[in-house]
Amino acid sequence: MRTAELRNYERELHQFQLRIAIAGVVVLAAFGLLAARFFFLQVVQHEHYASKAEDNRISIVPLAPNRGLIVDRNGVVLTRNYSGYTLEIFPRRVASIERTIDEVAELIEIQPRDRAKFRKLLAESRNAESLPIRTRLNDEEVAKFAANRYRFGGAVEIKARLFRQYPFDDVASHVIGYMGRINQEDQARLEEEGVDANYRGTDFIGKSGIEASYQHELHGTTGFEQVEIDAAGRGIRTLSRTPSRPGNNIGLTLDLRLQQVAENAFGERRVAAVALEPSTGAVLAFVSKPGFDPNQFVDGIDPHYWSELNTSLDRPLYNRAIAGVYPPGSTFKPFMALAALELGKRTPRSTINDPGYFVFGDRRFRDSKPGGHGVVDLFKSIVVSSDTYYYMLANDMGIDAIAGYMKHFGFGARTGIDLQGEVTGVLPSPEWKMKRFRRPEQQKWYPGETISIGIGQGYNSYTPIQLAQAVSSIANGCTVYRPRLVAYVDNPRTGERRHFEPEIVRRLPAKPENVEFVKRAMAGVNKEGTGARAFAGAQYTSGGKTGTAQVIAIKQNEKYDESKVSERHRDHSWFIVFAPVESPKIALAVLVENGGFGARTAAPIARTMLDYYLLGKLPEGMSLPTPEDEVEEERESD
Amino acid sequence: MELARVPLRRIAWRLFEGIDSTLLMIILSLSMLGLAALFSASYDNPARLINQLASLAVALTAMWIVAQVPPQTMMRFALPAYVIGLALLIAVALAGDVVNGARRWLHVGVTRFQPSEMMKLALPLMLAWYFHRNESSLRLGHFAVAGFLLAVPTALILRQPDLGTAALVGASGFFVIFFAGIGWKVIGALVALGAAAMPLAWGFLHDYQRRRVLTLLDPTQDPLGSGYHIIQSTIAVGSGGISGKGWLNGTQAHLEFIPERHTDFIFAVYSEEFGLIGNGVLLTLYALLVARGLMIAANAPTIFARLLAASVTLMFFTYAFVNMGMVSGILPVVGVPLPFLSYGGTALLTLFIGAGILMSVQRHRQLVQT
Repeated sequence: MRTAELRNYERELHQFQLRIAIAGVVVLAAFGLLAARFFFLQVVQHEHYASKAEDNRISIVPLAPNRGLIVDRNGVVLTRNYSGYTLEIFPRRVASIERTIDEVAELIEIQPRDRAKFRKLLAESRNAESLPIRTRLNDEEVAKFAANRYRFGGAVEIKARLFRQYPFDDVASHVIGYMGRINQEDQARLEEEGVDANYRGTDFIGKSGIEASYQHELHGTTGFEQVEIDAAGRGIRTLSRTPSRPGNNIGLTLDLRLQQVAENAFGERRVAAVALEPSTGAVLAFVSKPGFDPNQFVDGIDPHYWSELNTSLDRPLYNRAIAGVYPPGSTFKPFMALAALELGKRTPRSTINDPGYFVFGDRRFRDSKPGGHGVVDLFKSIVVSSDTYYYMLANDMGIDAIAGYMKHFGFGARTGIDLQGEVTGVLPSPEWKMKRFRRPEQQKWYPGETISIGIGQGYNSYTPIQLAQAVSSIANGCTVYRPRLVAYVDNPRTGERRHFEPEIVRRLPAKPENVEFVKRAMAGVNKEGTGARAFAGAQYTSGGKTGTAQVIAIKQNEKYDESKVSERHRDHSWFIVFAPVESPKIALAVLVENGGFGARTAAPIARTMLDYYLLGKLPEGMSLPTPEDEVEEERESD
Repeated sequence: MELARVPLRRIAWRLFEGIDSTLLMIILSLSMLGLAALFSASYDNPARLINQLASLAVALTAMWIVAQVPPQTMMRFALPAYVIGLALLIAVALAGDVVNGARRWLHVGVTRFQPSEMMKLALPLMLAWYFHRNESSLRLGHFAVAGFLLAVPTALILRQPDLGTAALVGASGFFVIFFAGIGWKVIGALVALGAAAMPLAWGFLHDYQRRRVLTLLDPTQDPLGSGYHIIQSTIAVGSGGISGKGWLNGTQAHLEFIPERHTDFIFAVYSEEFGLIGNGVLLTLYALLVARGLMIAANAPTIFARLLAASVTLMFFTYAFVNMGMVSGILPVVGVPLPFLSYGGTALLTLFIGAGILMSVQRHRQLVQT
């Protein structure tokens, strides 16, 4: 019995020790598994996890550069930067944007238009981290929000941003342009150009004018800050910092005071005017009215103002000087005259008899003066603006010769001015017609169509800047310059200034005496011809040409509006001029839409501009407006 | 002088008489590593270190006291401890405090107390005593009763819900049954039954528990939600590399990417700063701890002492394995602390009492031999 018990005890002990051994093996196996896991994580995949830990820890914060300034030829500042506080919502951190805005509205005044703006921004923005619900917060609002900031858990924050400000409001708005938020389209373009990395901290981009065409000069170089962050995304310390480099400042050739005189003289009309320096092609004034107030675009445009700009019959966003095309009317005649002399179709002495009409086949082309101008030579044809003379001339020259010579002036081609959105216009020719139309009977050029080309009507359609370039080329003798708005680019860090040299496009194939003849004839216009009344008593010599362009029909994309139609059916009024005749300092093309006779509306405005530019004389009752200082906390940026 | 020194030495000798120095060295080494990791994890709240030191002092005292108690005396506590523990668990189920959606706490005067923690020792004590009492006539029926004694508290804890503690309590009970000699066939049958019941068990799991299991399979499914713990702790471990980022230099820990970095996830802090080498040291210490415990169990004179010692030893192992497995992403996230390292007085007390039991068994192995 005792032996059995003992044996039983031993068997049990043996069994127990066996199980202890088994447990030991299991423990070793389990620890082996852990060791293998540690080896895998810490040796095999170490690199992977190390970089993940770094990504966790380090956040790259872009430092947006200060945008360059734009100044006129006399150093007048046209754009400024000011720093303002904005209240921004982080859309990805909130559950309901509307509810968040409601909560914000309990603290800070939020207008319905702020909400509308915000919705528009949200719809258009490229994956933005944060978007402003309010801009230009005052100190009291900043303090009020700061005290309640914790309630939003990081979904709403105050940010200090630099905003663009335009002290002259809508003056020269089509030159300066406006800024807007970078939208998906802009983003795609930046990526295509491979510069998107430099725009990582940037929210706004130039949308038109110099702001757009010199965007990359103005923008500067984005800096970067490596910040160590904790799990909540709070910055702990800065690890390294590459400061941003401010954008370049741009000096325009534009004379802001001349610009103001011109814009003031035009009043509320729909107009375009381009003044060039004949010896360089520098743009002295560039008017397209109506314009817009670029300040309205700065912090997200109010949808009402936006729709107003887009639906207005006057089309304020449309840059008439480079994108508007108009028949040049009689302003075409001096160029026709030079062509006739150069091609030997006329001599200064040859004359015609102008009965007041020209008959071609069974069609009668009427002169604007019933009864005609009698005996007309080339000189008189310009001074009195004889239509009959140029009907005949066009018929004698033929369309190919006309088109062949006119293209030297740059008609029907982009001038290459440093703005976006320039169009070519149409220099009519059989080749153009072939391309333009599809039906064979339309594609054919009829000789009868050549006749009205001679007086700047028919298919002729050019931009005001082309006319300005052409008159400038006559004024300077025979050199066609590329018109340009920018004189120099300043690097604010190095102080280095890069000048843009005048760029000659081509020289007119014209003998100096022929050019001189045309200039004399144009001087005759202002002395005794159609421009004489507008230039009576001028203290300088000038050569001009009036023009009146027929408006055939209202454009398709404009709404039919009974009350305005008759006004909009009136002729466009043109005037081209250069002065002084001996050594021209300025060449100018002025267009007044539906202004009637060129001599009556366009010429007096041209006179006002020349009086100011050449004599410093301001129109009666006008004082030059100064920049409006509506932003109190504005700060000059360097 | 001479006279004074002798009693002092004798007192010191008497004090350490019941203490197994090997076990003590291992446990103290682990505690030191724990304090180092805790210091690093508590840069924002140094008071935690003081708290932990106080807890360590209390736990060491408890260990010393338990080491003085012979196993025969412990046997007398087995049934009362189990019954009281069970009663308290029922009380919790009826009137416990709810914290974080789980009913685990019971108010006792000014402090709160988790009865489930007590069950971690009370259950093996009870089972070891039960098998000891029926030593001479062990039959399958006894194992069935033991299974029942195990299932009741485990089910109560599972209902709180507290998956981690339930697993530990269940495991501690199972170890006793295993070492008591339950047949392999029965184990095989149980495993088969368990596997068959898996889909059924899935239905009983709470949503958050299911999410944890799914998260383990693919943590990237919900990187900011339930996957966050695993992803961030795995990054911490992996980025530690071979030699670690150095003490106090763990970026994952110091920038608060590791949740619960003082308690259940302290291993992530440790592993990030001490790397594979540090992990090797830790695994070695745990292996030595288990080896020493199993040795003590193997040499224990009575069934009770053997079963209790073996069960406590394997409980240490289970704690360590489940915790490190969870932090390194091979086990689901359950609330199991890293033994002797994690911050928290209750867990430390349980663990040191467990160590005290091992020491008591080791010290009293001669006394009962007949």
